[in-house]
Amino acid sequence: MTVPSAWYLILAAVLFGLGATGLLIRRNVLVMFMCIELMLNAVNLTFVTFARDLNDIGGQVNVFFVLVVAAAEVVVGLAIIVAMFRRRAAATADDIHILKG
Amino acid sequence: MLATALLADSSGQALAHASAWAVYVVGAAMIITGALGVILLRNPVHCALMLVITLFGIALEFIDQSADFLAAVQIIVYAGAVVILFLFVIMFLGVDRKEAIRSEPTRFQRPLAVVLGVVVLVEILALSRVDHWATGAPSQAGALDGPGQNVQKLGQSLYTGYLLPFEMTAALLVIAVVAAVVLSRRHNQSAGEMREEDQEEVLSGTAASQSDHGESQ
Repeated sequence: MTVPSAWYLILAAVLFGLGATGLLIRRNVLVMFMCIELMLNAVNLTFVTFARDLNDIGGQVNVFFVLVVAAAEVVVGLAIIVAMFRRRAAATADDIHILKG
Repeated sequence: MLATALLADSSGQALAHASAWAVYVVGAAMIITGALGVILLRNPVHCALMLVITLFGIALEFIDQSADFLAAVQIIVYAGAVVILFLFVIMFLGVDRKEAIRSEPTRFQRPLAVVLGVVVLVEILALSRVDHWATGAPSQAGALDGPGQNVQKLGQSLYTGYLLPFEMTAALLVIAVVAAVVLSRRHNQSAGEMREEDQEEVLSGTAASQSDHGESQ
């Protein structure tokens, strides 16, 4: 007997909601990125919960792939942020238009 | 004799049950605290440290669901690499000063964001109640329980059924590394021109030295 999977799913939903709220509230691009990581982790928790629920290894393999894609995404996103900082010493979401052309 | 054995067994089960709940509650508290910290704290360095707390809480929940390998990878990759990368960029750019969180670019943005976040949460919870997201078909990609370690089954599934996606993640990582180098390189026009001039100087210098060499001979 362990914790029922509904509790994990509720926790993941709350974490996803918090990440989405933070993504909309904050204007610092770095913190917005961290909120995206929060949402990715919520989905990972859902994957692992369903893997246990359905007795299926596929959910855990998918978490592995999500980890790899998240790492690649963070690398490219932070490089874009660094490129943005070269132009202007501020990192708010309003400054992204300076990256064009 | 049998009664005491049964009692011991049930007390052991109760202990395992209680410890699973304790791990869940501690992990949930860490996750919620860290997430609120990421959202609400002003200093980006503090936000990154709170993100570490959330990631450790997620790793606890993974362990509670006997996903041992993923818990280890979660800590190594996320807390060890991704958050460190965040901190490197924060320190490198020198943005560890407080964000002017009071200044809003547009009116009603923040209350509207909170309302939208609550709507997202309610939608997820409502949809999970009214609809069946999972097909309910068990063990499509292989059984999770049974003999063998979690790592062993995960590796076998990864290198047999998911081999092509696994190879594609290798390509994705290489592309990400190249993209990071290209994006974070200083690419002003004068640098390239200077390099060509330097090359010409070097070439002419070697040509002159060669001609000197030839004259001396």
